[in-house]
Amino acid sequence: MASAAMQEEQVKLLGFWFSPFVRRVEWALKFKGIEYEYVEEDLTNKSSLLLTSNPVHKTVPVLLHNGNPIVESLVIIEYIDENWKQNPILPQDPHERAKARFWANFIEQKITEAARTALLTQGEQQEKVVKELKEAMEVLEGEAAAKLNDKTLFFGGKNGLGYVDIVLGWICNWAEVIEEVGGFKVLDPQKQPHIHKWMANFVEEPLIKPTLLPKEKMVVYFQMVRQAYLGLAAKK
Amino acid sequence: MAEEVKLFGTWASPFSRRIEVALKLKGVQFEYIEENLSNKSPALLEYNPVHKKIPVLVHNGKPVAESLVILEYIDETWKHNPILPTDPYEKAIARFWAKYIDDKLWPAATKVLVSKGEEQKGVTEEIQEQLKTLESELKGKKFFGGESLGFVDIAANIIVFLLVAQEALGLMEILTEEQFPVLHEWYQRLVDDAVFKECVPPRERHLGFFKVRFGSSTASK
Repeated sequence: MASAAMQEEQVKLLGFWFSPFVRRVEWALKFKGIEYEYVEEDLTNKSSLLLTSNPVHKTVPVLLHNGNPIVESLVIIEYIDENWKQNPILPQDPHERAKARFWANFIEQKITEAARTALLTQGEQQEKVVKELKEAMEVLEGEAAAKLNDKTLFFGGKNGLGYVDIVLGWICNWAEVIEEVGGFKVLDPQKQPHIHKWMANFVEEPLIKPTLLPKEKMVVYFQMVRQAYLGLAAKK
Repeated sequence: MAEEVKLFGTWASPFSRRIEVALKLKGVQFEYIEENLSNKSPALLEYNPVHKKIPVLVHNGKPVAESLVILEYIDETWKHNPILPTDPYEKAIARFWAKYIDDKLWPAATKVLVSKGEEQKGVTEEIQEQLKTLESELKGKKFFGGESLGFVDIAANIIVFLLVAQEALGLMEILTEEQFPVLHEWYQRLVDDAVFKECVPPRERHLGFFKVRFGSSTASK
């Protein structure tokens, strides 16, 4: 359970329902069994707490631990792992940790960022990034094929879920939505059998399943985001 | 205890130089291999098949890639002279700023070298905004790491490289003493540091590198 500290641990998460970055942090908190207060932000009317806690980026997620703010989802997850020692998220061995961080960075730069760009662009610009996304998924499929099998369902290995799983997990709930809204296709069970098997296992995990959002609501929201963004782009 | 440490890098890469600083701060003996990026060695391609980039650290045959990942690996493997703070919160802050430097400052720095006219002016202003943000984090400390240079200072070597590029290409002054007094003092301390200055590319050669690589494509003020 939560920390055995004498004082009351105050953990607050500033989030947004549709944010995959926020969801990751929630998965990390739940994985550790940490009790936290969740505060839903209205991103069109950001709270003063959000703006003072994250003055540089003004975004969610923000984790507030006893009033101290930590921002950037990967930084937050590492903080959670170092501050609460039960159920380790990252491996103990330095070389294994380095590999986990390497893949987390790869996912973030080549898949998460690319997916976001694909959602917000069209035509040639979108085609280019979709091509890059497909290549990145091929690389990830290679890693999945090397690491995962009937006995090892997750990138966390023997311990079940780990850092890479938590960082990649967003694709299970968001990838199809982004593809539908953006009008492109990257996910392919034939080309990415190991990733798809991993996805099927991930969504069945007891701590993940209740956190999944209904696809229809997400499509409506992200359609609005895409249209607003393309509308702005057209004005430039 | 036989330790085999190899660093695959290039002399002009700030990312490669970061690793040299960290290894030297820890007094770790290593073999340095200079890569020719237009003719990458089979070893490099084997050790970093995903990105095929430097730097790559190989420790007793096991490769680690991505400069910030390598810095963390070095800090966790050789525990004396720590680069990162031990407190999880302070560590999180250090990671945040290193990420800020790589996600924001680095792309802007590369852009300013290839853009022209109004666009270049715009990117220069963007960089100055970022430098202001970084300067506020220094908050009267000697280094981002406190009394001695640490993770963020090492990551901020981008600034050192940017200033050499600026001089080589006759660009609009990005970091002046008037505009950034605190950052300027930090910069002086950084380049005077005994370990850091050993790891800076030789000046004339570095100026020449930028002139050759970016010279014809930039407009001066």
